[in-house]
Amino acid sequence: MEKSLSWREFIITRLIQASGYSAILFVGLIFFFLLREGLPALSEVDASSLLNIRWYPLESHVGILPLISGSLVVTLGAALIAVPFGIGTAVYISEIAPRWMREILKPLVELLGGLPSVVLGFLGILVLAPFLRVFLNLPTGLTALTGSLLLGGIAVPTVVSVAEDALDSVPRAYREGAWALGATKWQTIWRVTLPAAKSGVLTAVMLGVGRAIGETMTVMMVTGNAPVLATGLGSLFSPVRTMTATIAAEMGEVANGSTHYHVLFFIGMVLFIISLVVNIIASSVVFRAKKRAERILS
Amino acid sequence: MMTKFLSRNRHTVQRLGFIAITMVVIVTIIPIIGTIVFILVKGGSAISLEFLSGFPHDGMRAGGILPAIIGTLYLTLGTAVFSVPLGIAAAIYLSEYAKDNQVTRLIRLAIINLAGIPSVVYGLFGLGLFVLFLKFGTSILAASLTLSIMTLPVIISTAEEALRAVPQSFRTVSISLGATRWQTISRIILKEALPGILTGVILGLERAAGETAPILFTGAAFFLPRLPHSVFDATMALPYHLFVISTQVPEMPIQIQYGTALVLLVFVLTMNVIATVIRSRARARRQW
Amino acid sequence: MVDKIIIENLSLQYSDGTESLRNVSMGIRQNAVTVLFGPAGGGKSTLLRCLNRLNDLTEVKASSGRILIDGENILDPKTDVIALRRKVGMVFARPVPLPMSIRENIIYGLELAGEKRKSKLDEAVERSLKLSAVWDEVKDRLNDPAVALSGGQQQRVCLARVLALQPEIILLDEPTSGLDPISTGKVEGALLELKKEFTVILVPHSVQQAARTADHAAFFLTGELIEYGDGKTLFTNPKQKKTEDYIMGRFG
Ligand SMILES: Nc1ncnc2c1ncn2[C@@H]1O[C@H](COP(=O)(O)OP(=O)(O)OP(=O)(O)O)[C@@H](O)[C@H]1O
Ligand SMILES: [Mg+2]
Repeated sequence: MEKSLSWREFIITRLIQASGYSAILFVGLIFFFLLREGLPALSEVDASSLLNIRWYPLESHVGILPLISGSLVVTLGAALIAVPFGIGTAVYISEIAPRWMREILKPLVELLGGLPSVVLGFLGILVLAPFLRVFLNLPTGLTALTGSLLLGGIAVPTVVSVAEDALDSVPRAYREGAWALGATKWQTIWRVTLPAAKSGVLTAVMLGVGRAIGETMTVMMVTGNAPVLATGLGSLFSPVRTMTATIAAEMGEVANGSTHYHVLFFIGMVLFIISLVVNIIASSVVFRAKKRAERILS
Repeated sequence: MMTKFLSRNRHTVQRLGFIAITMVVIVTIIPIIGTIVFILVKGGSAISLEFLSGFPHDGMRAGGILPAIIGTLYLTLGTAVFSVPLGIAAAIYLSEYAKDNQVTRLIRLAIINLAGIPSVVYGLFGLGLFVLFLKFGTSILAASLTLSIMTLPVIISTAEEALRAVPQSFRTVSISLGATRWQTISRIILKEALPGILTGVILGLERAAGETAPILFTGAAFFLPRLPHSVFDATMALPYHLFVISTQVPEMPIQIQYGTALVLLVFVLTMNVIATVIRSRARARRQW
Repeated sequence: MVDKIIIENLSLQYSDGTESLRNVSMGIRQNAVTVLFGPAGGGKSTLLRCLNRLNDLTEVKASSGRILIDGENILDPKTDVIALRRKVGMVFARPVPLPMSIRENIIYGLELAGEKRKSKLDEAVERSLKLSAVWDEVKDRLNDPAVALSGGQQQRVCLARVLALQPEIILLDEPTSGLDPISTGKVEGALLELKKEFTVILVPHSVQQAARTADHAAFFLTGELIEYGDGKTLFTNPKQKKTEDYIMGRFG
């Protein structure tokens, strides 16, 4: 009996270990398949035409600059919304709100994170876009700004939850020290708590931005899908097209193995690398901050 | 510094600051509640037995959305079949077995990265690996597998947190009574961590149920006049259907659009509420 | 009298570099209470955790030496640690009832060992609860959650849980540190009964308790065994200055 027990234990342990390692495997597989289908694009079209400013694959114009600029404009707009609102809400929840309020706000913000992006896109088309068109007197309501507003909302839960964690982990003694010196709650938040949680808040912003760059359905539905090179903040008020939306809109219609197909995978590769970089930097910021906290406390 | 702290206006500043930040919170919260209420109100009138149990006809401009509802159920279950055991096992590895070394750090980094990869990139990956390379075709199987990998980081991280919250002393005592590591986990740790794990699982599946981009090229069908017969069939799904009828079908009756959005929202919100309830009830009951 | 356990040149260093045991050698008598005492951080718990290989769970940087139980070196990697832990039971400082009923707590180890017969399990529950002097207090509520008991009752149930496995050696690490004097008296009373059948090793929570219970006593200071001998003699007439200082309360 003991023998069979130890065999079972051995096999289960190995299975569990393999499951743990599988995360590495999946990231590897994802990268491998993006490379496998995306790299051929580089031999089929030369780099200069990839960096062209025209995206019109039907006539073999596959410049991805307009798409990159579209993603940047929309994301930048989203960040301008998500950062103040996200951090403001996080500060409110962790520093100001009474307990009962916190118990209501936290699940509510989580709920926002759970809303399907198509539902937000759908409301964007029906409610937000017509409103913005009339309000700002634009030819169309389907603009980068519409996308930014919705994306900002989508990024808020990420920013709130990470930033709130960071604020929460600031030792109480810091705040009490400031109060003892006669600082108001408000001064304490600005001069003590937020600076102490700086790196965590930074991580929150980065992860929020990462979330925004990767969002697909909402932007595809509300940004008007015009692959025009965005040149300035003025582009906020005109239709644009992001990298994610391009893949989602066109992948269904291309022939497998065609140049267009490979270029779409190439764009996916670029997105993958962006998210990899953002996340690695974000997690190393947190890591370093933890190290420092440990040093201070020990 | 001191003089600033002591300045006379600081209480006015504080009051203004609190007002400003409260406004920020209100502006954040109102749209959330607004969205939900708006869709509940607008979509409510579309809901009927026929709508929930009928097939679409007249180019989807009439009839019901049964195939989309069933499809989303299938995809959610399919995702659960793969991601729940794998995710929990990975969480067990990280919380109970892994040593603090280079490999473990790499696993954690991989999980963080999985969580950050854009959903449409998961779609590309699913297309490349499951649809084309493994030749599953555009199918429930391929879409579920794609969604599973996307859901994995959510399940792993919440389950790991739940496992770690179980007091260390239970492990020590169990081992000291002659239990093996796995006996300790299966008889005590998993049971105690169950509510937390369940919360994570539901939140992960909630995300999978609402996603469109990963299934666009891996399993979603524009229109199917029947229910899928096997895991190798493509399927309609609520989020994709909403996308289709709100952007791809001209002269689509607005009622059906709101109705579909409502059903999707209820599907997702129900999961969210269940998760929240499980979590808060477990917290209240916990004896350690 | 025979030595049930022989410890030879045992040293142990945790992964953070602390040397918790330095070259400890001692023999531990069968059917007696051996007390390990000394100031905090002396290595008493570490030594106990070596005896049932519970230190396998912690990150240990280096260890050397041998521990012979009935002549077999249990530090040998080939040792069946599961069987060892059934033979060497342990009670911890704070009572840790597992999140289940009293009865389930008692039979937890037996079930793991493969015992399924209800009659055997029932018999073990009654016998071990009686041995640990808590049967009368819990016999009508065996199916209640064990956490619902008082701290003193919990600790005796934890002792019964160890006894149910019919071990040969019982390790107790400050088992009364959280208990009131009456509960402490009950646990100590149970110990005196136990030594008739078992080899008992106790880390007491005070010098008084050490003096009350010890047949043999060992004084540990920062990982070293300073003095070891007959309980009575050691507490009335210590040979080492350090031991005397500690017993007289002239320490740090
Ligand atoms: N898991 C561990 N990792 C690292 N160091 C440890 C660990 N456990 C104990 N130590 C260290 O080993 C030394 C001996 O600890 P031990 O717990 O054996 O002492 P003790 O005599 O039981 O003390 P106390 O009376 O406080 O229980 C201490 O310096 C302690 O800090
Ligand atoms: Mg100790």
